Amino acid sequence: MTDPTTEPEVETLDDYFAREDRVLLSVRDLHTTFKTDEGDVRAVDGVSFDIHRGEVFSVVGESGSGKSVTAMSILGLLPSPPAHIEAEGVLWKGRDLLQCNEGTMRHIRGAEIAIIFQDPLTALNPVHTVGKQVAEMARIHEGLGRKAARQRAIEMLGLVGIPQPARRVDDHPHEFSGGMRQRVMIAMAITCNPDLLIADEPTTALDVTVQAQVLEVLLRIKDEIDSAIMLITHDLGVVAGMADRVLVMYAGRQAELGTVDEIFGRTRHPYTLGLLASLPRLDDTGEEKLLPIRGQPPSLLNRPPGCPFHPRCPFARELCSQEIPAFRVVDGPEHRSACHYAEELEHVGVTELRAEDTEEAPA
Amino acid sequence: MSDLAGGAPVGPTAGSIGSPAEAIATDISAARPLRAEVWRRFRRNKLAVAGLVFIILLILVAIFASVIAPYSITERTSDFRQGPSADHWFGTDRIGRDVFSRVVYGARVSLKVGILATLLSLIIGVLGGAAAGFLGGAVETIIMRLTDIFLAIPYIILAVALATVLGRGENTVIVVLGLTGWLAICRIVRSSFLSLRQLEYVEAATAVGAGRLRIMFRHILPNALQPIIVYGTIAVGSAILAEAALSFLGVGAEPPTPAWGLMVDEGRGDLVNAPHLLYFPGGAIFLTVLAFQFMGDGLRDALDPRLR
Repeated sequence: MTDPTTEPEVETLDDYFAREDRVLLSVRDLHTTFKTDEGDVRAVDGVSFDIHRGEVFSVVGESGSGKSVTAMSILGLLPSPPAHIEAEGVLWKGRDLLQCNEGTMRHIRGAEIAIIFQDPLTALNPVHTVGKQVAEMARIHEGLGRKAARQRAIEMLGLVGIPQPARRVDDHPHEFSGGMRQRVMIAMAITCNPDLLIADEPTTALDVTVQAQVLEVLLRIKDEIDSAIMLITHDLGVVAGMADRVLVMYAGRQAELGTVDEIFGRTRHPYTLGLLASLPRLDDTGEEKLLPIRGQPPSLLNRPPGCPFHPRCPFARELCSQEIPAFRVVDGPEHRSACHYAEELEHVGVTELRAEDTEEAPA
Repeated sequence: MSDLAGGAPVGPTAGSIGSPAEAIATDISAARPLRAEVWRRFRRNKLAVAGLVFIILLILVAIFASVIAPYSITERTSDFRQGPSADHWFGTDRIGRDVFSRVVYGARVSLKVGILATLLSLIIGVLGGAAAGFLGGAVETIIMRLTDIFLAIPYIILAVALATVLGRGENTVIVVLGLTGWLAICRIVRSSFLSLRQLEYVEAATAVGAGRLRIMFRHILPNALQPIIVYGTIAVGSAILAEAALSFLGVGAEPPTPAWGLMVDEGRGDLVNAPHLLYFPGGAIFLTVLAFQFMGDGLRDALDPRLR
């Protein structure tokens, strides 16, 4: 894991506005609710963000924080019922995806927004050859014939670094190793040169050695086809190494949004801080104790009042249990945090948090 | 599936895409083709192999009936109700026709009715089950209630009714059996689709922009084929048996069609003095149905070794 604080690269306002016309996707106030017998599960609760062409936008959070549901909501892949999606807008190149009919969505899926699934073992159909699956998108969206599609599949498999693609194209998924299958998944997703690649925990099911290779493939492809990546992960190491901007989610809500340097270097939310403190760092001396975040994420059915993080927050005060904090700009043009006391965190880093914990420990 | 590539001494930063060592490792881990594995397991089941051999023989007999049968099906000899002899291997019936020739030609009738009726019920059942399982909602409710209604109709009564409307004959039998045989397959396919449509690769297919029909028939159906193949095999046997029953009851094939059930019916009156008239066509029905049953059982074990 590279430590981002060692190479400070503060984004200037000019950089930011230069990117503004490259906005691909604008999500505004997205709410996704699952109606269940026990009540409404608010899996995504008021999420807003932009993704620009060429950037790696990372969504981080624990299991159940609403990362994947956000992606699925954008693509309209959630079965409804039970899912119920509401938003001010999910604008894709200026068009509201939530208003699109199924036919338009079908065209956008794959051709413009493609998704790479988490588990390459289950996301490939066991009965079809990988070549057929990689080429399927081209056959659907570009109407390629059998032969041309096969040729495209070979080309794509080569692009993601599968050796001897012409020979492997007619193999079935079970004849590939996990890492190779994840590459096949990537090949599937990029076949039609999508503008946005959503990668839903693309490396979770892989060995650490293979992870690095797959991520490298992803980044290389992104540059080759000039797309954006929405990287959904809970692995902060991957985020630090790959992402340009980061959205930290907690219990379906936004906790913090900023550039990767802001998130790691100038953390303004106790949850982000907690995530960082629970990980070993390269500059650790070995003396430090890793600090877990106490407790469990709240049930989405039964959210605590006020800030959803307050029962686990070491800095929680009275206000936190009463009022939901606004998601507001804290410093930098686009650094936002949903903490009442974000400013006070200016002088609190991982070291201070860990130090504070040892003081509290004897009590 | 072992990920041998991960065992290679490659550091996380090395990231050498597609090193030769990795290529070799994946080649070694490649599994044997599925088909060979199924055949290997099928071969171990002697009864199933016997069933398969019998069915292949039966198909050959049906194809080359005109070469094998020494007489035509309507040709009358002067010997009535004669027992088996060198001239007439299965004897003759009460109007002097050669029973062996008729049983040989009967294979055509039985196989035709059995296979076509099963195909018809498979088409209805697969389409209905796929729609019910994949689309759900009102479509599912309507289709499943329809199967309930059909379950409550005895096929013999439907056969009598249809025979009255369409006239007696093999084609009527095919329609009757097709219309009554799809219920089980519909339920099987529906439950397969219900579980398969939640799998990630189906979601992945949706995510690449595949349409509903494409997902149903290209992505889900091939994964639901195993129970359909097994049930279809056994169903051919059942359809042959049902055809014999309908012919026996006089609502199936029309004389002089050499349907086995009809021959049993015609031989019924001579049970005491010429029992061979029952034995041979009856035995043909028995062996054929048994062969399909054995083969179906063997296929099930071979295709899904967990189901025993």
